[in-house]
Amino acid sequence: MTSAETPIPANMASEVRDGVREALPILVAIIPFAVMFGAVAVKAGFSVSQTVMTSAFIYAGASQFVMLDLLGQQAPAWSIILAVFALNFRHVLYSASLSQHLGSFSPIQKAGAFFLLVDPQFGMAETRAAKRKLQPSFYFSYAVLLYLTWIFMSFLGALFGSFITDPAAIGVDFILPLYFTGIVLGFRQRRFFWPIFVVSGISSALAYLAFGSPWNIAIGGIGGMIFAAVMSKPELEA
Amino acid sequence: MSDPILIIIASAAVTYLTRVSGHIIISQFGAIHHRLRAALAAVPTAVMTALVAPSLFTHGPAEALAIAVAALVASRFSIIVSVVVSLIALVALRSLIG
Repeated sequence: MTSAETPIPANMASEVRDGVREALPILVAIIPFAVMFGAVAVKAGFSVSQTVMTSAFIYAGASQFVMLDLLGQQAPAWSIILAVFALNFRHVLYSASLSQHLGSFSPIQKAGAFFLLVDPQFGMAETRAAKRKLQPSFYFSYAVLLYLTWIFMSFLGALFGSFITDPAAIGVDFILPLYFTGIVLGFRQRRFFWPIFVVSGISSALAYLAFGSPWNIAIGGIGGMIFAAVMSKPELEA
Repeated sequence: MSDPILIIIASAAVTYLTRVSGHIIISQFGAIHHRLRAALAAVPTAVMTALVAPSLFTHGPAEALAIAVAALVASRFSIIVSVVVSLIALVALRSLIG
């Protein structure tokens, strides 16, 4: 795609500014997890470079911790990779949904956008796309800040992890569920929000009790999607 | 520990596969059926709700109440206000009820 086909939006500076502004609160939320990951990885026997490599290549918090845990249990390689896949399965749904909003992205930008598609990234991209057209400058200014922070803080955690004090004392161990709750409520103007919210919440809770994590995420998510598909009517289509 | 580098690379590959495959599958459809579009439109609410739901009962009363505070505040104010207020509520609740 040439630059003639993709005119640079006149307000690129404001897109970048918005991306950075939206990223700042979530940076505060992910720093403790990245530092903790670095500290745990080194304690589990990773070198500093392997720790940084994990954060840079996988870039998916929960599955990085699970990978470490299973490596420590001497689990077979195939089962570790399967666990990472299961834990990250929700990204298939994120990617399908985000796909609808990438009209302004070149193929290479799309490839990069999907690499950086972590939970808060998806939540923020959907929130933004509901208000205005999603621009690469917004998406990547938010994404790159998160990505570099995640890598750099894993590195610091690997170097200085043994000095960490208890993160529970200031509540940061529970900041991600609080942040994601805020993101979810931001979607409340969407069609069928409350019934989808109830269906997904209850089916996730039941699936969690029956099968545990991460199955509850896929089952709860798909429960809400099936509900929305069943309720959908062609004449409501815009 | 068996070949951590290979496991890191394979884990990275399956993670990227999950992040790109939804897009690849969707781009194979010409016109998207209204039911599929409705299901996709539900993804943000459905999956992120499913992600958070167990936190209501896996931690404790302080955490469950803090989520309720986050939801209430977020329905009036911005996300950042919601995070700050619910975090303060969480620290206070933990010191009160543990």
